[in-house]
Amino acid sequence: MKFSEEQIHRYSRQMILPGIGGKGQRKLSEAKVFIMGAGGLGSPAALYLAAAGVGTIGLADSDHVEIHNLRRQILHRTCDIGLPKVESGKRTLESLNPEVKVQIYWERVTSANIQRIIEDYDLVLDGSDNFPTRFLVNDACYFGRKTLISGAILRYDGQLSTFKPHAGGPCYRCLFPEPPPPGLVPSCQEAGVLGAVAGIIGLFQANEALKEILGIGQSMAGRFLLFNALDLAFQEMKNTKNPDCPLCGENPTIKELIDYTQSCSTRDTVPLQTSTRTSD
Amino acid sequence: MNTVLDKDVLEESERKFRAQEVDKELNLKGKVCPYTFIESMLALEDMEIGDVLRVIVDYPPAVCDVPKSLKNEGYEILDVRPVNETDWAILVKNTEFK
Repeated sequence: MKFSEEQIHRYSRQMILPGIGGKGQRKLSEAKVFIMGAGGLGSPAALYLAAAGVGTIGLADSDHVEIHNLRRQILHRTCDIGLPKVESGKRTLESLNPEVKVQIYWERVTSANIQRIIEDYDLVLDGSDNFPTRFLVNDACYFGRKTLISGAILRYDGQLSTFKPHAGGPCYRCLFPEPPPPGLVPSCQEAGVLGAVAGIIGLFQANEALKEILGIGQSMAGRFLLFNALDLAFQEMKNTKNPDCPLCGENPTIKELIDYTQSCSTRDTVPLQTSTRTSD
Repeated sequence: MNTVLDKDVLEESERKFRAQEVDKELNLKGKVCPYTFIESMLALEDMEIGDVLRVIVDYPPAVCDVPKSLKNEGYEILDVRPVNETDWAILVKNTEFK
């Protein structure tokens, strides 16, 4: 692939970086990244991946844009209210970088369609807002041998990790074997989330995706990052493969995809550090 | 930009320049930084290892910056010399991209 004058200008400040150059830029343009959710995490992640020149971005979300989304879901504008989020997201991404191919999935992602959807992608970013989807995405990535970059947010807290069990690392279930009981952990809808926290964690996901595609830096696989916005504090923990993991352990009990039931509660007694309630 | 250069240095440069086989020439006259560096790097990435690229620039800062940046990437700078009152030639040997 020969770069056009416009491409050289568009990506110049990225191409001059050590470890990127023209070869790295080509890797980005050939990369296919699937983003689960066009919400608080998916929005900033998709914008920066499109801006960086990731060639194909898949965006799945079954929701419509609502006014309360706009405080953090920056793919969407006030004039997009009522549109499917994936439509609005596609338009924003294409206007930012017309070179990017945006594939949209305006459907509920379930055990019946997820493998077909992620099949074509090299990398999966999870920005889902519920546990059933979060576990489904993890399991599908495990079975499909896809690298998963996971982000989660609630209130002023965020989490980040990369899961590459196919490369010997842990999966999400090594850390959290099963979804929490329904009602134990509140959702963003119930407990709130600071918009900037969604931006920070979503951009960390984009950053890790770029590193994985380019093969540069230290992967977040085997590492788990906790972030608190009020203290502006980061805490990193080692995340090791669990031999008793029900999915990727020595005696796995999960052999196929599971559709968990969506939980709904207003209880909010469990802090994020001991849970993984996710964003939207 | 045409600073006074030591005669021996110039002669040595001339000798090396003439002895060196150039595989490709890139005319970057009218281009400014960082595009001078980027286009040089892109040309090198498409060349065989060991090939020599001759880059012509007329943007004064590029005379220092392009060789410096290429060297940082691991490419071997063979020569930098003025070719006339406005233009400079940079000879660079392709190496494996780091």
